[in-house]
Amino acid sequence: MADEILRIENLHVSVEGTPILKGLSLTIHRGEIHAIMGRNGAGKSTLANVVMGHPAYEITSGRIFFKGEPLENLEVFERARAGMFLSFQYPAAIPGVQVGTFLKKSVASVRENPPKGREFRKELNAAMDQLSMDKSFLSRYVNDGFSGGEKKRLEILQMLLLQPHLALLDETDSGLDIDALRIVAQGINEVAADSACLIITHYQRLLDLVKPHFVHAMIDGTIIRTGGPELALELEDRGYDWLEVTA
Amino acid sequence: MTDDAQEIIGDYKYGFHDPENSTIRFDKGLSEQVVRDISELKNEPEWMTELRVKAYHHFVERVMPEWGNCSLLDSIDFESITYFLRSSNKTEKSWDDVPDDIKNTFDRLGIPEAEQKWLGGVTAQYESEAVYHSIREDLEEQGVIFLDMDSGLKEYPEIVKKYFGTVIPHSDNKFSALNTAVWSGGSFLYIPKGVHVEMPVQAYFRINAKNMGQFERTLIIADEGSSVHYVEGCTAPSYSTDSLHSAVVELIAMDGAKIRYSTVQNWSSNVYNLVTKRAVAHRNATVEWVDGNIGSKLTMKYPSVLLKGEGAHAEVISVAYAGKGQHQDTGAKVHHLASNTTSNILSKSISKDGGRSSYRGLLQVSPKSTGCRSKVVCDALILDSDSRSDTYPTMEIGNSTSDLEHEASVSKVSNDQLFYLMSRGFSEEDAMGLIVNGFFEPFTRELPMEYAVELNKLLELEMEGSIG
Repeated sequence: MADEILRIENLHVSVEGTPILKGLSLTIHRGEIHAIMGRNGAGKSTLANVVMGHPAYEITSGRIFFKGEPLENLEVFERARAGMFLSFQYPAAIPGVQVGTFLKKSVASVRENPPKGREFRKELNAAMDQLSMDKSFLSRYVNDGFSGGEKKRLEILQMLLLQPHLALLDETDSGLDIDALRIVAQGINEVAADSACLIITHYQRLLDLVKPHFVHAMIDGTIIRTGGPELALELEDRGYDWLEVTA
Repeated sequence: MTDDAQEIIGDYKYGFHDPENSTIRFDKGLSEQVVRDISELKNEPEWMTELRVKAYHHFVERVMPEWGNCSLLDSIDFESITYFLRSSNKTEKSWDDVPDDIKNTFDRLGIPEAEQKWLGGVTAQYESEAVYHSIREDLEEQGVIFLDMDSGLKEYPEIVKKYFGTVIPHSDNKFSALNTAVWSGGSFLYIPKGVHVEMPVQAYFRINAKNMGQFERTLIIADEGSSVHYVEGCTAPSYSTDSLHSAVVELIAMDGAKIRYSTVQNWSSNVYNLVTKRAVAHRNATVEWVDGNIGSKLTMKYPSVLLKGEGAHAEVISVAYAGKGQHQDTGAKVHHLASNTTSNILSKSISKDGGRSSYRGLLQVSPKSTGCRSKVVCDALILDSDSRSDTYPTMEIGNSTSDLEHEASVSKVSNDQLFYLMSRGFSEEDAMGLIVNGFFEPFTRELPMEYAVELNKLLELEMEGSIG
């Protein structure tokens, strides 16, 4: 049995008093890629945010464990330092803060033995080349005036540099053309080989490039069915209604 | 630090003070006699004595401004202030000759080190007068004059008489009258035609004594086609009683000249900082005010440019940080008095822990000045609900051929920004510090690197221990 990275037990979550997640359970081990699919409003992004510790989400019951340790007392930045990473659906802009400075500081605070000086430069250059990112990115302000595709690439660049043990990817494929999708998928595959990966998506197309071990169909705040890659194809083909009927 | 200073010094790094070893200290309070005594002590020409006395009477008669923070202004006790304090008998040319206490202070402020590394000249003023002054030989050989203002008046009386008070007359406002009456120290800088001073020259102003009034007077003249970057820094010890800093700075940029004047004001929070800064820009000249206000109890300062010659350009970039018990009432004024003149004003303010920042701006285009362009951008960031930000922009546009833009925004740090940064390993304080530094970035990138680094550290310090 591979190492357990994330375990979610019967999780109930509310936002401003409205229940969103209603008894969700999920376990992910190292080396596994899980995909969660579902309609808008099913609670997919809520799941990603609550695992990362967003303060607006209230856990009303259930627990989350990261590498066997309960998460509830860890602040967001402590989760990041413990090895959790969230690729945002809508990354926030930080005007006036250059990407280069931001990456360096972030790597320094998250990685155990952060690369310094020339070593960091080398790693950064390699990761940017891999993602076909121009060096001029580094002097731009974090996500400020970025196109949708540029934002997603910056998210994946951060993931490559931060080397998380758990990667939560919230609709990383939306807004990407097919070439960008391929580049991003390559980055995800690289990180996923040695970590646990949870991909939230609407579409099959990313899953052609990043092969999930498990696919979960989510409806109304809970996982209603789990299967292999073939479930993603079936969901793409048939939608979600048939699941509600059989449930 | 044995007295009450320790209690209120808080995080303010420059709040230490030396024992006071003055050689001459006037009794507290202001009178015509005090004004005459200052002038006599300095052995000034009669015209200056008479100008001082005239200014003194104007100050007495002039009412306090009825705008800005009136209650704080009204609480200034002019009778409890020391108007002249000499702590060293000479302005030295070598740091080794400066009295030890004072030299140590400037060492702690990093001035001699900065001078060696990247400055073209330095004036260090301590209380009322300059204690140290030097300029690089190569600049002197090119005819650059850089002196403290008292020496400037002694050595170049004709130039001083010709320009002194021409940009800011004593009657401009109550505090310019006060400064003209009791001025002491400050810089006199003249750049000859066509000379480009590549390294910045710096003046550093330090108040050490309690209840001190510092009234430096600066006059910078950049002759045709010349350029210079002048940098000003200021700090003071933290005391429980107030001090007053009221400077007058006049800049004259002749045809095609360029003056950049950068300030990082970091007075302790017991200092009233009431300063008049104004420049005249002649044909095709450029004047840039880069003005940072981090410290003080109350600052009222609106760097101005009179665009007098065709094609002249003004740039005013300012930031203000208003923390606990602080009111930063700052802004900019640009008067387009000739055709095809252009200006940019960028003002950024942060209010935190009950601090208050106000932007007060005036943009004026005279009816005959056609084809002028101006852009004004004011951004305010409010970090908590106890703090306050106000904007008072005024535009007086005398014709329809000019192109003017004005943008203003007030924002708060969003939870999304904090969550995003924290998910990347930044603690909440570090995240806040990063956002604040980013907000001021358009200002800090204009500063010499050494200052930018120092300012960023300062702001990060301000963000510490404040998030609950």
